[in-house]
Amino acid sequence: MATKVVMAQLSPTMEEGKLLEWKVQEGDSVSQGDVVAEIETDKANMDVEAMGEGVLRKILVQAGETVPVGALIGIIAAPDESIDDLLASATPATDGAPPAAPAEVAVGTETPSPAGGAATEVAQPPADGRVKASPVARRIAAESGIDLGAITGSGPGGRVVKADVEAALAGSAPAPAPTPAAGAPATPEPATPIAPAAAPATIPSAAPPPAPPAALTARVEEASQMRKAIARRLAESIGPVPHFFLTTEIDMGRALALRGELNQRWPDGKIGVNDLLLKATAEALSRHPEVNASWGGDSIVYHGSVDLGIAVAIDGGLITPVLRDASRKGLRQISLEARALIERARARDLAPEEYQGSTFSVSNLGMYEIDQFTAIINPPESGILAVGATIEKPVVVDGEVVVRKRMRVTMSCDHRVVDGATGASFLGTFKAMLENPLEMIL
Amino acid sequence: MSHEGDAEPKMHGDEPGDHPRPGRGTGNGRPVLETVEVGTDFLGLSVKESRELLRLLILSRRFEEKTAEAYQMGKIGGFCHLYIGQEAVAVGAISPLRDDDYVITAYRDHAQILVRGATPNAVMAELYGRVDGTSGGLGGSMHLFDKANNFLGGHGIVGSHLPLAVGVGYAIRYREGDQVCLCFFGDSVVNIGSFHEAMNMAARWQLPVVFLLENNAYGMGTDIRRVAAAGELIERACSYVGMEAITVDGMDVLAVRQATEEAIGRARSEKLPTYIEARCYRYMGHSMADPSHGTYRTKEELELWQADDPILDFRRKMIDAGRITAEEVTAMDREIIEIVEASAEFAEQSPFPDPAAIYEHVYSDEYPDDIARRDRWR
Amino acid sequence: MAVITYREALNQALREEMVRDDRVFIIGEEVGEYDGAYKVTKGLLDDFGEWRVRDAPIAELGFAGLGVGAAMVGLRPVVEFMTWNFALLAIDQVINSAAKMHQMSGGAYNVPIVFRGPGGAALQLAAQHSQVPDPWYAYAPGLKVCAPATPADAKGLLKSAIRDNDPIVFVEGELLYNLKDEVPEGDHVTPIGVAEIKRPGSDVSIIAHSKMVHQSLTAAEKLAREDGIEAEVVDLRTLRPLDVDTVVASVRRTNRAVVVEEGWPMCNVGAQVVDDIQRDAFDDLDAPIARVSGLDVPMPYARNLEKVVFPNADHIVKAVRHACYRD
Repeated sequence: MATKVVMAQLSPTMEEGKLLEWKVQEGDSVSQGDVVAEIETDKANMDVEAMGEGVLRKILVQAGETVPVGALIGIIAAPDESIDDLLASATPATDGAPPAAPAEVAVGTETPSPAGGAATEVAQPPADGRVKASPVARRIAAESGIDLGAITGSGPGGRVVKADVEAALAGSAPAPAPTPAAGAPATPEPATPIAPAAAPATIPSAAPPPAPPAALTARVEEASQMRKAIARRLAESIGPVPHFFLTTEIDMGRALALRGELNQRWPDGKIGVNDLLLKATAEALSRHPEVNASWGGDSIVYHGSVDLGIAVAIDGGLITPVLRDASRKGLRQISLEARALIERARARDLAPEEYQGSTFSVSNLGMYEIDQFTAIINPPESGILAVGATIEKPVVVDGEVVVRKRMRVTMSCDHRVVDGATGASFLGTFKAMLENPLEMIL
Repeated sequence: MSHEGDAEPKMHGDEPGDHPRPGRGTGNGRPVLETVEVGTDFLGLSVKESRELLRLLILSRRFEEKTAEAYQMGKIGGFCHLYIGQEAVAVGAISPLRDDDYVITAYRDHAQILVRGATPNAVMAELYGRVDGTSGGLGGSMHLFDKANNFLGGHGIVGSHLPLAVGVGYAIRYREGDQVCLCFFGDSVVNIGSFHEAMNMAARWQLPVVFLLENNAYGMGTDIRRVAAAGELIERACSYVGMEAITVDGMDVLAVRQATEEAIGRARSEKLPTYIEARCYRYMGHSMADPSHGTYRTKEELELWQADDPILDFRRKMIDAGRITAEEVTAMDREIIEIVEASAEFAEQSPFPDPAAIYEHVYSDEYPDDIARRDRWR
Repeated sequence: MAVITYREALNQALREEMVRDDRVFIIGEEVGEYDGAYKVTKGLLDDFGEWRVRDAPIAELGFAGLGVGAAMVGLRPVVEFMTWNFALLAIDQVINSAAKMHQMSGGAYNVPIVFRGPGGAALQLAAQHSQVPDPWYAYAPGLKVCAPATPADAKGLLKSAIRDNDPIVFVEGELLYNLKDEVPEGDHVTPIGVAEIKRPGSDVSIIAHSKMVHQSLTAAEKLAREDGIEAEVVDLRTLRPLDVDTVVASVRRTNRAVVVEEGWPMCNVGAQVVDDIQRDAFDDLDAPIARVSGLDVPMPYARNLEKVVFPNADHIVKAVRHACYRD
């Protein structure tokens, strides 16, 4: 008697599964309990066992295809048994396309998923492709040109709510580049995947380098709604905000040495280069309050606390969680808080008050082996630091060429608030902090 | 029950539905029962005044006949209750009022408002639902109002307007005025609570209200005797100290007038309410939608009452007394018919009310914006 | 400002308006010699005499209709129902006579009358004496319906109601009569049809009236303390006409609404508020609107059961948390 092989429900929340691999081929004999295929559920990869004996007469769903739970994927029967009836009843399998991943979700996902998992990291849209969103979230998204489908809803049943859209918007506003998680060393290291099933993150790993495309293809790809919003917001920034840029090179030898010492004394945690940068920025700002300020139209607003925005790359964009009152916090606390903020930013779990209202930002592209870049100010802040990679290079010290760990930092300044000398003075303090790191720990 | 009338024949015997020709004294010996003896001098009315009564009687009749015709032609909609047969009550009761007195009635209100002074044009236009109607087309047959003539409606819920009449009486005494409020109502009202609540308050506070029961024997299709635990409807007044009560022949305009005049005088000078029962009969069905006879009353009963028609009766008395000639009555009638025809023509020409003004009279102040915006699909 | 009770505020309003306008009179059960079943009319008989303070028989339909008739010919009656539960006997006069007179007379007769009395549950009064009448009247065009929550609003709104040219249903809170608060001196008049924000807030709008304003304010303080949620409490004050603009403006600021009402949930005033919000502020909502109301049962007598039926601040707190995705 023929036995169906179906896409089994292997988790309580599983609605569909992807056939990863057939372990037996058409014509192979199978016994009850044999593993015939491997499938990917929403939770894990699982084996499918034969429920009867016979020959795998027909494979209905090929590897790579995704079908709903309960769908017939194969037929086991005696070699001469008729399986026509079962074949006739088989639900036509999807033709290899990733299911339930509406176009607007796929658009803007930089790296195509190799096997149709494009939508796994973004909001799980219902099977009908409709995104659940509150009316005000829809309105703000429409007004801002943000794609609701690209936003993970934090409301009941995954509803996209106002805070989610605001988070996406805020994330699109600051510096044009992502920054690593707190504690990421200046030397490149692979980004840790957030979950095994996650699609490849848009943060490209430095090692191994991304595989080159198979072939160069001329194409026009529509910008995602989020990308459009980023474009508009940043254009708004560079337009009205008169930027100028100051670059300096900092010797990181002492700072890195200090970091090593500190981490030996703190077995439970890990001070990252990023934490040192945040600490130095905060200290410098507290000594140069004229930089921790905003242009108010007819006035300059000097902020009463140093609230540092940390540019973090997330899928399809970026967001700047805010480290509050950073100048009053020690390195350890900064490290702990920054790490938590960055993790939650990546998990899209930030409340609006956690990514709004920063007074100055730091963007670090060192892990991408960028030596130097300029960042665009996140209004209404009047400055942002763009931090490049720390690299060993020959420098002349006291008339001798020596190898030192050097890092280039470029500060973008809003000229309405910060003049050249002001910015240079601030940057000088920042440099001094890192080159004499005990200064900032005191 | 004993209903010894004059030499009128009984129609059904002493059973519910039995309604001998009333008005000549019911003779059951109860103290509140009293009949009016109408003299031969037309209550002292001048020839002109008595002719006016005749004119109002004919106007009421001809207007309702035209109303019935227009209703059947679809010019008038809704519930339409005709007054034909009862004209002597409205004319007899309203004609002795002063201009500053008040009149309030139920839904069988066409004749009352005409007798009180509204123009046939305005009343007919209201029946047609037109902008020149007494309520601009908003009220219809059951809700006729004429503020210029202190005519307070036109009320469609049986019994509900009696407390209103008491309120008018209260306001008169409150202001220490000497007006009177005349309140018409039908026989079915005597069984409803508001009747008693109104009578009680009017008697207790001595309010100048004349309660005029038009006992046409039927509440819609129900003989009042089938549903009223009362020997005579006038007995209901026994409960209220100070409430004068009297039964009159509602088919006799002079009898009604005399009783009402006395009641008005008592109200004006002594602030005492009076309860008058006018025994009358409507020739038509309860409304235009109902048969005039059949299920609940017989053709013979109807014809018996029609044989003693209040208008023909008064016309004969006027001619007999030399107050008018038959030719003059014919001319009067012809003139009235022309007026009534003209009113229908006027109503036909009058525009329908403007839908844009639909909210205009819901409140005396401006209609609240929040409510209007809920009706945005109009 | 003087601190007086809700009851005294109503008494002041009546007295001041009776002095101001000799067309104003009061009629109702126990309003005269007994000084009012709830003492709202205390002392008025002595000062104004029996024609202006009239003890009525227990005949709600009758004396309500008397008021309508008197209003039609120029007086300004204040009809007191001992409670709104008894006014059901008179609803024919309120709806069929008062509310419709102006329209069905083509604008000839307006009815300047105030029907007033306490509504809602008090303490263990059971099924027939604990009802909230607001929606029954707010339904009817031609009426205006007021339900003040504070002594100041009670006075100001009653004075406006007495001066208004249309029939007013004025629902007082039986449990509010002893509430003390500041009431402005002098001719304090509160406009009909204007809501008031009793507590500003940015995170959620709580829309309530009468007793529920106080439950909402208590809830708002608790939410601020325990959840960091700043709730805006909008007191409707008038239920018809409803100040949709104030409600909608609040919801546009907060993106969330919780509508609170003492009475039964089916077809109540809150249901209308929800409709107005979804119509005019749909694109401003960040969560479904939550409603809190009394349970859908006749009020039971037993003390514990009554507490279960009556909506309180804790219920509101829960609803707000839900509307804020914080539960």
